[in-house]
Amino acid sequence: MEYIGEHLLPGKLGHFFVVLSFTASFVAFVAYFLASRAKKPEEEKNWKLVARTAFAIDFISVFAVFACIYYIISAHYFEYNFAWEHSSRSLPPQYLLTCIWEAQEGSFLLWTMWHCVLGTILIFKAKKWEAPVMTVVCLGQFCLATMILGVYFSGFKIGINPFLLVRQLEAFSNAPIFSRADYLSIPQMQDGQSLNALLQNYWMVIHPPVLFCGFASTIIPFGFAISGLWTKQYGDWTKAALPWTLFSACVLGTGVLMGAAWAYESLTFGGYWAWDPVENASLVPWLVLIGGLHTLIVYRSTGHSLRATYVFLILQYVLVLYATFLTRSGILGDLSVHAFVDSGMNWQLILFILVFLTPAAILLIKEYKRIPHIQKEEHTYSREFWMFIGALVLFLSALFIITVTSLPVFNKVLGTHRTTGEDPEFYYNRVEIFIAIIIGILTAVTQYLKYKQTPVISFVKKIVLPTSIALVLAVLYGIFGGIHYDKYGTGFLSAIYLALFCAIYAVVANAGYIWVGLHGKLRAAGASVAHVGFGLMLVGILISSSKKQVLSYNTTGININFDPAAKQNPLENLTLLKNVQTDMGTYWATFLNNDSTNKAGNIMYFRINFQKKQGNEAFDLYPNLIKNTKGQESFSNNPDKRHYWNRDIFTYISYASTMDREKDTSAFKPYPMAVHDTVFYSKGYLVLNKVVVNPNTEKFHFSPSDTALMAEITVVSKDSMRYQSTPLLYVKDNKAFYVADTVFAQNLVINLGKILDKNKIQLMVRESSALVPFVALKVYEFPQINLLWIGALIMIAGFIMSIVRRAREILR
Amino acid sequence: MKRLHIVLLLFIAIAIGTLVSFMGDLSTYETISSARQKEGKSVTIIARLDNSQPIDYDPVKNPNYCSFHITDTLGNKSMVVYYHEKPFDMDKAERIVLKGKMKGNIFEITQKDGILIKCPSKYKDDPEVAKKNLGQNQY
Repeated sequence: MEYIGEHLLPGKLGHFFVVLSFTASFVAFVAYFLASRAKKPEEEKNWKLVARTAFAIDFISVFAVFACIYYIISAHYFEYNFAWEHSSRSLPPQYLLTCIWEAQEGSFLLWTMWHCVLGTILIFKAKKWEAPVMTVVCLGQFCLATMILGVYFSGFKIGINPFLLVRQLEAFSNAPIFSRADYLSIPQMQDGQSLNALLQNYWMVIHPPVLFCGFASTIIPFGFAISGLWTKQYGDWTKAALPWTLFSACVLGTGVLMGAAWAYESLTFGGYWAWDPVENASLVPWLVLIGGLHTLIVYRSTGHSLRATYVFLILQYVLVLYATFLTRSGILGDLSVHAFVDSGMNWQLILFILVFLTPAAILLIKEYKRIPHIQKEEHTYSREFWMFIGALVLFLSALFIITVTSLPVFNKVLGTHRTTGEDPEFYYNRVEIFIAIIIGILTAVTQYLKYKQTPVISFVKKIVLPTSIALVLAVLYGIFGGIHYDKYGTGFLSAIYLALFCAIYAVVANAGYIWVGLHGKLRAAGASVAHVGFGLMLVGILISSSKKQVLSYNTTGININFDPAAKQNPLENLTLLKNVQTDMGTYWATFLNNDSTNKAGNIMYFRINFQKKQGNEAFDLYPNLIKNTKGQESFSNNPDKRHYWNRDIFTYISYASTMDREKDTSAFKPYPMAVHDTVFYSKGYLVLNKVVVNPNTEKFHFSPSDTALMAEITVVSKDSMRYQSTPLLYVKDNKAFYVADTVFAQNLVINLGKILDKNKIQLMVRESSALVPFVALKVYEFPQINLLWIGALIMIAGFIMSIVRRAREILR
Repeated sequence: MKRLHIVLLLFIAIAIGTLVSFMGDLSTYETISSARQKEGKSVTIIARLDNSQPIDYDPVKNPNYCSFHITDTLGNKSMVVYYHEKPFDMDKAERIVLKGKMKGNIFEITQKDGILIKCPSKYKDDPEVAKKNLGQNQY
């Protein structure tokens, strides 16, 4: 059938380039492989030429694929599944790129694009290492190309084709609309499912590219290590690999931290890190990479630790691949809020790991004995010994995290049914706090030790001052700031204090080292600067997590729960009725309105006013609800913050009455009442004081000639608050009119019903849940959270300083 | 033996110790009836929302109390009390992962992360929903 209005050219073009990049990357891989093994220089030169040409074609193809996808999305060609599933017409243009990352195939594409860019730099700069390292990179390139290939090979699906049309999807193969030639004119095909609401955040424009640049770059230190084993030049590659390893550590670390920033900005698990499996999966390779970076430096300076360097640098890339499997296989489904779902590519993802793991493991085992190492062991007062210990601790920490994260994998393989319990964060924290202590101390002390051997006295002399300063600062903080985190007992609290000291120690000692050890030579101070940043991050993490406060503790009148068991339970939500000032600890909180929306109309902002009880500080926050996309009716909540130099006030909406207002099913209940009779409702009782005939009050003005009755009612709530209510009934033109009265604070509507005999009157009482607009919200305070972000920036700056210095050493 | 070997052995011992103690603290996946037998022990249940019973969440009365009913694949039912706000997509959940303790006949969840709603379209479209949308003829 000829379908009307389809734009098939960009898709055909795109898929042509997909296939071309697949072929070109394979040619480049084979050619680089042969170039590495070539005996004669001429042969090598020829193969290199082939390889470079193939890589250039791959480069162009990959970017052409990207351009085609971008064109399809920005032109809103919803006949393509990519556009239909991930974008919509109303999506702000800055998020068009985010649509590409949202898709599995799009993120694979991003990964390949970075391979292309980094590979090009390698071609120009790697000199004799170009051929072997690029062999590895091109193999990676080839594997990734299969992920977006989308062909069937004897019953197996290889990759997801990003240029599939909606009508070509298996799931829709029998959908009746595609029997129409003009199916594109049907409303469902006129707009896409749009981008997930939570991803419509500026961090999501930048975080995935940086993270994937980090992932992509980890193949280079891995490739260098493999090249070293392969060419049997066991230690030669380390000089060229050092700036690349620093680059990977820097970019991957930045990517992970940007993810944390996004989580803090737009997710509502109340912080920047939740030990979510997806977060762990990207942190673990980074930890191992940092270990490898340190042993690499040890080897460069002393000749020790080369074997460990091999193990770490190989393992970090295998872990990147394993992380890819974990997050994309759907295996984390029951544990993570943001893993991809199973897309039927699991065997392919496992193969991706094995393609790299198997040859790497065989090479390493085969060559291990031949990797040079120094028999004489490191001196106790030597920098290399403690750097190695630090690397080992980081590795163990990574091992612990990945073991716990891999529980669903173990369950699948072993058939067990284990999982983390109610408080998964503490599982990690109680171990990681000790890692933080050890790493903090090592970070502080190790730079003061010299390579090979350090005279003990000079070491002690230099370390005394920073140690005392750190000790004084930690004690002062203990006295004046104070951490009172007793949720897990005094043991854990002491560990936090100890870790805090170690973190401060790391900051002070490394800052001091720039002057004491390096005499202020900033050019060489990259490591110290990065360590200062890392230490500051630790300080920020420790203080902001252990002193995180729930400001919205529910202690106010209207919400007291009479259930005694509730006392042990966290009461973190506070309900605010519209325009009712509510007691919130040291603040008064008022929900003012939810009138404003964004331009597209899918975000609803709630204006909440906070007023400090002491002093006259007052401010508004706008936590908001984003209407979900993808055919979901409900909302995602998006927090808002107020930043102070030393803390953040962080709030988000847990519930808003506007979310489902149609559901007020409560009805009036009739009560026959005489004067002074009492009636109970769920939160108290009400008394009919008297019935006034033809009242003349502030509210009502009736003259004796009218026919009107007003009941005077006192409502007494459980918390002994008294409210007056005056429902009214009058007759005009032989018709009865009822004027109900509402006690908003109690959500009561009271009306008069019939007049009964024997001096009785019928009272109609309704308890409603949706009379007054209200919100339930959470408010947290994160003290010193800025230290985390400032520390992160300093650490990144330190990395960049080191990269520049080490790259210059090679290029000189 | 070298000093480094001693350190390595020490670390391995600590690592094993940590993992073993950790394994002991792990919770297990249970069905509703097996969770009842392990009253008071922290367990994980995967279940569906029992739609025949209402979700009770009245934030005006108490924003930190949400109760609902679940049913597992074996058809057993239980009431659940969650001492936090009602999760946003709860009504549409195809599956709920609950971490908590059975107390009497009620499954209690005190941790905020003790509940994980698996909505099919959270990160990727639910093919079923999409199919339904597209499958309908709107002539």
